[in-house]
Formats: sequence, structure tokens, C-alpha cells
Amino acid sequence: MSTFLLMTITGIGLGALYFLVASGLTLIYGLMGVLNFAHGAFLSIGAFVGLWFATSIMKEATIPNFILAMIVGGLAAGFFALLMEQLLITRLYDRHIDQVLVTVGVALVVGAVLGGWFGNDLRLFPTPLWFLTGINFFGAIIPADRIIYIATAVALLIGNWALLRFTRIGLIIRAGVENRNMVNALGINVRRAFSTVFFLGGFAAGIGGVLVSVYSSGVSPLIAGTYLIYGFVVVVIGGMGSVTGSFVAAMLIGVIKQFANYYVTGLGDFVIALLLAGVLLVRPQGLFGKRIS
Amino acid sequence: MNALELADVSVRINQAQILHGVSFTAPKNQVTALLGRNGVGKSSTLKAIMSLYSPTGSIKLNGTELIGTPTHAIAASGVAYVPEDREIFATLSVKENLSLASRSKISSEKMSRVFEIFPDLSTRQEQRAGTLSGGQQQMLSLSRALLNDNQILLVDEPTKGLAPKLVTEVADALAEVAKRETMILVEQNLALVKRIAQKIVVMDQGKIIFEGAPEKLSDSVWVQSVLGVSNRGKHS
Repeated sequence: MSTFLLMTITGIGLGALYFLVASGLTLIYGLMGVLNFAHGAFLSIGAFVGLWFATSIMKEATIPNFILAMIVGGLAAGFFALLMEQLLITRLYDRHIDQVLVTVGVALVVGAVLGGWFGNDLRLFPTPLWFLTGINFFGAIIPADRIIYIATAVALLIGNWALLRFTRIGLIIRAGVENRNMVNALGINVRRAFSTVFFLGGFAAGIGGVLVSVYSSGVSPLIAGTYLIYGFVVVVIGGMGSVTGSFVAAMLIGVIKQFANYYVTGLGDFVIALLLAGVLLVRPQGLFGKRIS
Repeated sequence: MNALELADVSVRINQAQILHGVSFTAPKNQVTALLGRNGVGKSSTLKAIMSLYSPTGSIKLNGTELIGTPTHAIAASGVAYVPEDREIFATLSVKENLSLASRSKISSEKMSRVFEIFPDLSTRQEQRAGTLSGGQQQMLSLSRALLNDNQILLVDEPTKGLAPKLVTEVADALAEVAKRETMILVEQNLALVKRIAQKIVVMDQGKIIFEGAPEKLSDSVWVQSVLGVSNRGKHS
């Protein structure tokens, strides 16, 4: 029973990291139809700025300092995403091949700059000691950092939900995901909503970057790649444009991967690939996606 | 006095020329009906006005050029568009659809006016728009357009695909709206056109072939030859 609980909760913790990456991806694709391969760069920027803040500005690795570093990393990634959208993406709406080329280019440039500056080796992220402790949960000793991942993902989901449900920009985003042209035809400049979504997507990925640094025991420009791939898998399984779908898919993938790896080391990635293939065959629009006619 | 003036408007999509130098005017406080067989460019003309296509030529709203203006700015300048397929936001509630469409805070007066015309919607404000019937969706689409102070209303085939009873309801609502709005109406239902339009414009193969008074619709030979239908009209 304790093993089952441990696997489930650590799986949810892993899923929380995937969700932080995928939530921005799904909104950016759902609203703007932009396949953003630079999303991993947002994660790296968040991680490195968070690292800089935690080591240079905050000297002690306390929980409040860590949360501050996480927010600063998120903001840096959010502003970078906004800058990229304003400088590059606004010229490329509805030009999907160009979007892929440009965003892949941005990802490569950011990776190369960070690699050149900091090197590709893991740099230890100052982690509060409490993160390294275990919490007894019905006999299962859960690593404390998983609680932080889960709490952050849930907070982000609630924040996202509240923004989409109760604000005018949220209403515009929801309508824009459904029919961008009609939102424009109602006299609303939907591109302002695009910029908001890019910022929010970058912010979530930046926060994810800091947490991934803790999970991966350090910061490196190379860690973004793996999480970006999983981010795309989550978006496809959850359904393009659905934040709730991404949340459910991320949790599902995290738990399944954790259980698979527990029984056969390295089996997790294979099982997730099978799950992805199964969803694409049975429900190509994803679990919560709209059917494409 | 004309609210809208189109001069030599052309639209090309990929290799296909959709509109060939379309020119006509829509007088203020009148309903101008845009008629023609299927596929002659009526809906494309409305989309060109809204800049949903990229037209060439000149489209002037009260003397201000609209060509090159983005869609959202055209709508914000007072051109309300009710598209052919309604294009309501299916996952949003009726209330959210209306709230989104309103460019200023919705006043209770405006809401009352809309619900007076479409009483069916007032009891369904929390209902998801995608679960409304076809007629109710059409009413919602029209309501969205009526929440703002418009210079002109572009309405594309509002009775298309509706059951006869709903056609009557929508036609009555349009007749009510026509009393106070300038409108360009694309419609196949000639009875409705005769009832509310003060001017007709007939298109064929992307060109204007007639512009004049709706009395012409009483000439059955002419109607049969240019529209390919009987002028007895459908029930409205």
C-alpha cells in the first residue's frame, strides 16, 4: 500500500512538472495555432534566471527565497516569451512552417547562448533543506519537493481557471480558442490576448524551469529538451487548447511513467509512447480536445 | 445619404477571382438586400467589407475608407456582422456570448431591448450556446450585433437552414431590427426581402447585375431569369 501511495504521489509530482510546461503550449497552440518549439527555451531561461537570483541576490536557500526565485524565473521567462511574440511571431501568424523554423531557431540560439555562458554541466540549484526531507503519508515516505511541485501546478491551474472564467481577457481567450476570426469581427483585437497568453505560457514554463532544476538536481540548458517533448505529448493527449485536458493528461502520464519505471527501469518512456499512439488512434483530438471536422 | 459605398471591389483567393469590381451603395436607415444564386459572391462581399478577405478597390463607411483596416477596427467603427453560419461561441454561455460582443459595459436597457426582440434568450442566459437550437443560435448571433451602437449591420442568410416556424420568428425579429438599423441583408427568402428591404442589389458571377427598388421582385420573369427561383417567395 505504501509503495502504491509513493508511486502515485511522486507520479503526480512528475505530472505537475509536465503540466507547468504543457499549460502554456496548449494555450498558445489553441488560441494562435502557433507550434512553439521555443517553449523549452522559456523553461531554460526561467531556470537560469532563477538560479542567478537564488545565488547572487538571495544568499540563503530558504523556502521564501526559493519561492521568490521561482517567481523571478517565471517573470523573466514570461517577458522573454512576450518579447519573442512581439518581435517574431506577430509577423508570422498563419505561416506555420515559418513559425516552426523561427521557434526552432530561437530554441537553438537560447540553448547555445546559455551553454556558451554557463556550460552544459549541471549547476546545483540552492534547494531549501526541507525539500530533501520525507513526509510520512499513510506509511509512505513522500519526498517533500513533490508537494511543492503539486501545489505549484494546482495553484497555476486554479489561477488559469480563475483568469479564464472571471476576467474579460479570459473570456476573449476562451472565445479566441474557438473562433479567432469571429472575435475580431466583434471588434476585439485578439492579438492583445495572444500577447497575454504568450506571457502566461512563458511564466508557467519559467516556474517549471526552476522546479525542474530541483527535480533534476541542477540547471543545464540540456534539460529543457526532454520536458518540451513531454510537454507536446501532454498537449496531444489532453487535447489542443484545453488547459484542463493538459492537467489530466500530465497527471496520467506522470503516474503511468512512475509505475512503469518502478516495475521495469526505463519502461516509462515506452509505455507513454504506446499511450500516445493509442490516443491518436482512438481519439485523435485528445481526451478533452474538440473533434476536427 | 449612403452609409456604405463600395467601388470597384475585387477579391482574389489563391488563383480564383471571387469578386470582379463590385460597386454599390447602402443608404442610411434602409435595408439593402444582396441577392443572387448560390456562390455568386454575396457572402464574400460581406467578408470583404469586414476585411476577412483582402479586397482591392474602395469601401467607405460614412466617407471613411475601410480597405486596409483590420477586421477588429472595422467592427469597432460600427460595422456589425452576423455571419452565415452564426458562428456563436458554442462553449460559452448565452450571457458570455453577449458580454463578449458588447464593446462597452452592457446596460440593462440594451439587454432589455435585445430580450424584447428575442424573449427566448432571456430565460437561457446561463445555457451553453452550443446546446441552443438553430433558431436560437441565429437569435443569439443577431443579438450580439444589436448590443452596440452600429453604423451598419451586415446580416448573412439569417433564415438559412431554419424550420418554417423559426423562419417566421427570425423574420419578425429582423423586421423589428430594420426599423432602426441600416442593414445589408443577404437572403434567399424573397418574401422576407420584399417585406423589409428598400433596395435590392443582384449579383451574378462576382459582379453586380442590378441595383434598384425591390418592386422589381414582382416581375416573375425577371426573378426567374436572374435568381433562378420563383418570386412567390417562401413563408416568412
